Amino acid sequence: MSARDKILASLRSSLEGTTPIADPFDATLVDEPWRYAPAERVTRLKELMTAVHSEVLLTNSLEWPKLLADVLAARKINKLLIAPNTVHGQAFSAHCQTTANPVQLLAYDRPIEEWKRELFDDVPASFTGTLAGIAATGTLVVQPSPTEPRLMSLVPPLHIALLNASQIYDNLYQAQQHWPKPMPSNLLLISGPSKTADIEQVLAYGAHGPKDLIVLIVEDA
Amino acid sequence: MNSQRIHAVDVTARNLKVNARLSLKDQQLRNNMRSAMDSLISKRIISMPDDDERENLRELGNKVRARALSELPDLLELLEANLTKQGIQVHWANSTDEANAIVLKIAQTRNAKQVIKGKSMVSEEMAMNEHLSEHGIEALESDMGEYIIQLDNEKPTHIIMPAIHKNAEQVGRLFEHRLALPYTNDVDSLIQSARGILREKFFHADIGISGVNFAVAETGTLLLVENEGNGRMSTTVPPVHIAVTGIEKVVANLQDTVPLLSLLTRSALGQGITTYVNMISAPRQPGELDGPEEVHLVLLDNGRSQAFADSELRQTLNCIRCGACMNHCPVYTRIGGQAYGTVYPGPIGKIISPHLLGLENTPDHPSASSLCGACGEVCPVKIPIPALLRRLREENVKSPQQAGQVMDGQGSRYSAKERLLWKGWQYFNSVPLLYKAGTFMATRFGGLTPKNLGPWTQNHSAPKPAARSLHELAKAHLEKKL
Repeated sequence: MSARDKILASLRSSLEGTTPIADPFDATLVDEPWRYAPAERVTRLKELMTAVHSEVLLTNSLEWPKLLADVLAARKINKLLIAPNTVHGQAFSAHCQTTANPVQLLAYDRPIEEWKRELFDDVPASFTGTLAGIAATGTLVVQPSPTEPRLMSLVPPLHIALLNASQIYDNLYQAQQHWPKPMPSNLLLISGPSKTADIEQVLAYGAHGPKDLIVLIVEDA
Repeated sequence: MNSQRIHAVDVTARNLKVNARLSLKDQQLRNNMRSAMDSLISKRIISMPDDDERENLRELGNKVRARALSELPDLLELLEANLTKQGIQVHWANSTDEANAIVLKIAQTRNAKQVIKGKSMVSEEMAMNEHLSEHGIEALESDMGEYIIQLDNEKPTHIIMPAIHKNAEQVGRLFEHRLALPYTNDVDSLIQSARGILREKFFHADIGISGVNFAVAETGTLLLVENEGNGRMSTTVPPVHIAVTGIEKVVANLQDTVPLLSLLTRSALGQGITTYVNMISAPRQPGELDGPEEVHLVLLDNGRSQAFADSELRQTLNCIRCGACMNHCPVYTRIGGQAYGTVYPGPIGKIISPHLLGLENTPDHPSASSLCGACGEVCPVKIPIPALLRRLREENVKSPQQAGQVMDGQGSRYSAKERLLWKGWQYFNSVPLLYKAGTFMATRFGGLTPKNLGPWTQNHSAPKPAARSLHELAKAHLEKKL
């Protein structure tokens, strides 16, 4: 008898004569305590993300490319990993063509095996979109894809994410109702830069992932 | 500074009493534990200020877990079917030996030499690191706390904060000795040093290992919770990802993870959510540029089906591994996690370990509790830990003749002499004449009680019976009234 059959048979014999418990899920318990007026959502997300060492900047659909360029210039970052085949990637590329000293744009356009060393050692920052935001916990929902692969939001020391204000949901339960079906190969909730408190409970940022997270919220989108 | 360290190899679950005595004398350990637990206790309650919200959610968490267990075999099959359809290979293991053999076989097929691990308590159950290294494969922990204790050849002292028993100075000295780094007790510098070393390990690793917080049957999704990013690195950078988990970790659907996630991160760390929630439903797909080519899930039983067989003990499997019961336990706080000699320490460890190892190997665990009830009060999924401890105490003294095999090693503390004494006590209390005669003698000659009553008088003064029994006093009182 295989391990699988043995385990399942044992569990089944233990349940003999019982019926499964009816689904007890009660959405009000996870939804109602975490509801916000539309105007509050941005404020709350900003407040919570700032409290965990993220930088949240409010902007609009016309000005964000310039703001992003300014952020990079202020941090003296001259290279940025982007996804050229996305709307936001194209918008920022277009902006860079109009400026005198544009940042060098890198594209994640090859399998990781072909440029792992460069990604690990020579990419100071990345820029991705987001699927949604969550006000209750100060969270970004990020869906890696062929254009914006999984490691874009993980390996570079600085991750910059673009979030549309209209896509900020009240809570995780609400956000879940809008997730892709079937589930993508990888879906992420990101609520700040990577951190640890494993030594004496002293908080340290930049454990294994990004040391800094900057969120640009596009208020009119 | 020179705090006494209990090495992994010296600690066994059978020596709980000896280990506890050693730990109690270790003032550094006690200071480190006390301040850490106090901080975790206050963070938890600050994150759950509304009594109604918290209690309603705990109730829901309990029901969600109970429902999942009530259809566990069906959910496991559904999970397997969905994962398989999506390209994740599912393996089943009765024992830790079988689980290790599965992991080793995958590693050898890939000709793997280096394995990097995200945090996984099930891999600790398996002693996977030792097993892989016996076969020439390096298994390195990447969770900061796990990395620290692995450097010091120790076992985790807490399921969420493995190195909580060490202070920054101790970690600084450890890095100085083991990594030849200049000494510092600055936490940021220590973390950055470890980050640098571990990034190279992620880069070169052939396989990444992780645990699973929740396995979602309906969508075939492995959900992992973490703050550091090492979980994402372990499950994304190496070409192979192996997740190992217990068979009880499955939940019916995605919405069930909403209350459980909120309960888990707030109970564990006082955080509304962790930095990363990583949901994995498939290996790298055609067109995707990163992520593992192969993803495996190993489902481990290791005594869980034994707990499952008894409807009361089954509640042990509600556990979502937050560690709140430890943080609030007066025994755990004083002796630390390593004294238990088990992978899972503290209250949850005392009720799960007897199933994993047998009661004969954890004979003192059910009794190492004051039954104060704090663990049951804070448990986010309402496991009645004190009631289960009492149940295990009963199983522990069951006589060999008593019918019913409930668990391995039951009756390990059975003593014919003790059973006879209790039988005598029962008889004495159920024959009125004998009881009256006995209490008359005890009250009239109470002064003759010896000063030394064996182990009792090592820590207590000898009991001296009162001059009159309660019966006599009550009778006299009632007669006076009439």
